[in-house]
Amino acid sequence: MIIFQNVTKTYSHNAVALDKVSFKVQPGEFVSIVGRSGAGKSTVVKLLIGEEQPTKGQIFFNTYEINKLKHREMPEFRRHIGVIFQDFRLLSRKTVFENIAFALEVAGRPQNEINEFVPQVLDMVGLKDKILNFPAELSGGEKQRVAIARAMVNRPEVLIADEPTGNLDPFNTWEVIKLLNKINELGSTVILATHDKEIVNTLGERVITLEDGKVVKDEQNGRFIIG
Amino acid sequence: MMVTLSRIIKYGWQGFLRNGWLSVSTISIMILAAFVFGGLILFNIAGQNTVQSIQEKIDISVYFKSNISEDTILSIKKSLEGLSEVKIVDYVSQDQALADFKARHANEETITQTLEQLDVNPLLPALNIKARDPHEYEAIANYLEAADIKNQTEKVTYAQNQVVIDRLVGLVDTMKKTGLVLTVFLSFLAVTVTFNTIRLAIFSNSEQINIMRLVGASNSFIRGPYIFEGAVYGVISAIISFIALWPIINFISPHIYQFIPDVNLKAYFQDNIYSLFFYQFLFCAGLGIVSGIFAIRRYLRT
Repeated sequence: MIIFQNVTKTYSHNAVALDKVSFKVQPGEFVSIVGRSGAGKSTVVKLLIGEEQPTKGQIFFNTYEINKLKHREMPEFRRHIGVIFQDFRLLSRKTVFENIAFALEVAGRPQNEINEFVPQVLDMVGLKDKILNFPAELSGGEKQRVAIARAMVNRPEVLIADEPTGNLDPFNTWEVIKLLNKINELGSTVILATHDKEIVNTLGERVITLEDGKVVKDEQNGRFIIG
Repeated sequence: MMVTLSRIIKYGWQGFLRNGWLSVSTISIMILAAFVFGGLILFNIAGQNTVQSIQEKIDISVYFKSNISEDTILSIKKSLEGLSEVKIVDYVSQDQALADFKARHANEETITQTLEQLDVNPLLPALNIKARDPHEYEAIANYLEAADIKNQTEKVTYAQNQVVIDRLVGLVDTMKKTGLVLTVFLSFLAVTVTFNTIRLAIFSNSEQINIMRLVGASNSFIRGPYIFEGAVYGVISAIISFIALWPIINFISPHIYQFIPDVNLKAYFQDNIYSLFFYQFLFCAGLGIVSGIFAIRRYLRT
C-alpha cells in the first residue's frame, strides 16, 4: 500500500509544488494522477521514487517510510518499483537486452535467470527481434516499450509511469496503455501521471486530480475534468 | 560477490570499448601525463648522477711536512674519520704519491728524467678527504686549522679551491632545487589535466548514472565499472608511453652522454626496465583509478 500523508513540497523562493497532499493507493489499483502542467504530478512521482524529499509530511510504501530512507537504503527500495518516463531514460550505450538485464543485474539475479526472463519480457512487449539493437536505433514507441520491459522485468509491486505517452503518436500511445493495463491485470499496482484526457476517460479507473499542488478530486471510475 | 565483480568488470570493459573517441582522447591525455612522469624519473636520475659526479670531484687534500711520521698521519686520519662530516679519508704516502705522479706523466720524458736525477722524493704525504655533504668542507678545513694539526701540515687545498668548491656546491644546490620544483610542478600539471579529462568523461555520463540509480543500482555497482575503466585507461597509457619512451631515450642518450659522461640514460633504462615500467604502470593505473573515484563522487551523493 502507498500512503501520502499531508505531504508538502516547497522549492526555493517559496514555490509550492505540493500542498498538504494526502491519498492512499491499495495494492493492485490502477490510479491516474491528472492535472495541468505544473499541477504537481511529476513531483508526486519524484517523491514516490525517492528522487526528492518532501518538505513536510510522510510517504509510505508497504514497510518503507520513503522520506526517511537513508541514501544506502534507496537502491534496495527502488528495486520494488518500476518507473517509466516520458523521455524513456534508457542507457544509450547498452543494447535492448543489456538495458533490461541491468535491472536484474543490480538486484544480483543469476545469469541463467536473466537469460530466461529478458527474452520473455521482450516478447511480451513485442520487441524480441530488437534484442541486440541500441536505443538510438529504435523508434519512440519501441524505446518506451523497452522502458516498460525494464520496469516490469523485476516483477515490481508498483509501476509508476510519468507521462509515458507524452512523446508518442496515437498508435504507440494505445500500445503503451494496453501494456500498462496488462501489467495491472498481472497484479502490479499502476500509478499513471498524465495530462491526456482521452486516455484517462477511456481507462475508467480511479483518478486523482491535482490543481496548484492540491488534490481537488479523488474519484473511483473518475474522469478528466479540470475547471 | 564474484557475480557482482564480474559484472562490474564486464561493464567497465564494455564502457571502455563503446566510449570510442572519448576513450581515445582520455588515453591520449594520460599518455602525455605518463611521458611527463617517465621523463621526470629519468630527469631526476640524470640530475642525481650529475650532482653525484660533481660531488665526487670535490675533495680537500692535506699535505704533511716530509718529516712527519706515517703513524702520526694515520692517527690524524683516524681522528678525521671520527668526524660526522667526513665520508672517506684516503692516505697517500710519499712513495705512493711518487708512483702516481710517475704513472700520470709516464709519457713526458723531461719530467721522468728530472725525477730520476733527484736524490730525494720531493712529494709530500697527504690525506684526501671527502665530505658527506659538500657544505661541510669548511667545517673540516676549520678542524684541520687546529694548532696541533696545523703544525704538522704543509698546506690544505681548501683555501686554494674554496671559490671553485663554493661554485660547485652552489651548482649542486641549484640543480637539486630546480629538479624538485620541476618535479612538483609537472606532476601537478599531469595529474590535474588527467583528472579533469576523466571528470569530463564521467560528466558526459551523468544522465546515465542517474538512470542507473533510478533502476536500483547501488553506488558501488555504478562506481565499479568507472574505476575499472580508469584502470584500463591507465594500463594502456602506461604500455604505450613506455614503448614510445624507448626510441626517445635511444636518441637523446648519446647526446647527454657527450655532455655529461657520468649519465648513461640508455644503460640505466635497460638495467631498470622492469622497475621503471612498474612505476609508470603504478602511476597511470593509480591516476586513472583515483581520478575515477573522485570524479564520480559528486554524482552519487544525492
